Amino acid sequence: MVQLTLPKNSKIRTGKTWPRPEGQNVRKFQIYRWNPDDGENPRVDTYFVDMDSCGPMVLDALIKIKNEIDPTLTFRRSCREGICGSCAMNIDGANTLACILGMDEIVDDVKIYPLPHMPVIKDLIPDLTHFYAQHASIMPWLETKTNRPAKEWRQSVDDREKLDGLYECVMCACCSTSCPSYWWNGDRYLGPAALLHAYRWIIDSRDEATGERLNELEDPFKLYRCHTIMNCAKTCPKGLNPAKAIAEIKKLMVERVV
Amino acid sequence: MRYLTDRNRVQGLGSAHQGVHHWWMQRLSSLALLPLTVAFIFPFGQALGQGHAAVVALYQHWGHAFVAALFITVGFWHLAQGLQVVIEDYVPAKAPRTVLLVLNTLGNWLFAAAGIFAVAKIAFSA
Repeated sequence: MVQLTLPKNSKIRTGKTWPRPEGQNVRKFQIYRWNPDDGENPRVDTYFVDMDSCGPMVLDALIKIKNEIDPTLTFRRSCREGICGSCAMNIDGANTLACILGMDEIVDDVKIYPLPHMPVIKDLIPDLTHFYAQHASIMPWLETKTNRPAKEWRQSVDDREKLDGLYECVMCACCSTSCPSYWWNGDRYLGPAALLHAYRWIIDSRDEATGERLNELEDPFKLYRCHTIMNCAKTCPKGLNPAKAIAEIKKLMVERVV
Repeated sequence: MRYLTDRNRVQGLGSAHQGVHHWWMQRLSSLALLPLTVAFIFPFGQALGQGHAAVVALYQHWGHAFVAALFITVGFWHLAQGLQVVIEDYVPAKAPRTVLLVLNTLGNWLFAAAGIFAVAKIAFSA
């Protein structure tokens, strides 16, 4: 049955509290730490950051902590402008990108955890191997059977517009790791991110594998674990709506049989 | 211990190529239950607490008996569909899940059949 308690070695303990600097504008950060090499349980360390000498975003504070307070703090980051999806983490109780969440949007202490329900590699870095393999399994590329045209695969402006709200996904995994269905059945349920990408190719007017794509998705676990919980749409840092994309796939499934 | 590639693990046994029928029937049965619940609950509520004779008299009327039989059929059908989803969601281990899915299907057929038999017995005793 469902496992309701954490295993002993996953229980989170209170960690180190770092010294509080002088200053009027100091904010408190509580950050999940886990090191695979020391054999210890995960812990929550407390840091204090002087916001007067720090950038406005949560990622700025994390970088400042790593540079100036604790170089062992581990997290992914790259573009610092919400386009690479690397710095996805659970901040203030919701999955988002640390680089585009302003400190002013958080009241009180800043609590930062890795994306929920994924294996942790270290600190704030989740293992997304399975997530990426699921994305690869939906064939995220243009599939065609007609001979390649001399110039390009043409698409009308109207058909191109259908891809808006889908192509912007940066695969940060915020949506899938916020989905209870993905938590319970993530081994078989593809999750909102992979399904949004699947829909992006299903409705691409240039794609010639629509039927095969729907065939592959018609499965009680791959697709139908979505119960329209809507956490995905609520948490998406890019403002996309994976739940709607999944609903559209379900409608196409019905269209094939009715 | 198994050395599976990540892609192999994700693909598993492949797509079941089913699910749309269950999903569509679940929507249809819930739609059907909207009027059926109203049509069933009001006469049943009036007869409730009025004694055995009042209930028997109610379901000896062909219309009430017909609605009750339909409500029981669609109700248990819908219950079976819904519980199946709950079991698939929350019972990951293969053996208990299979047992529960079988019990769910057979149990709901049994209850539906018993209900229809009871209503029919009253209806045809008139």
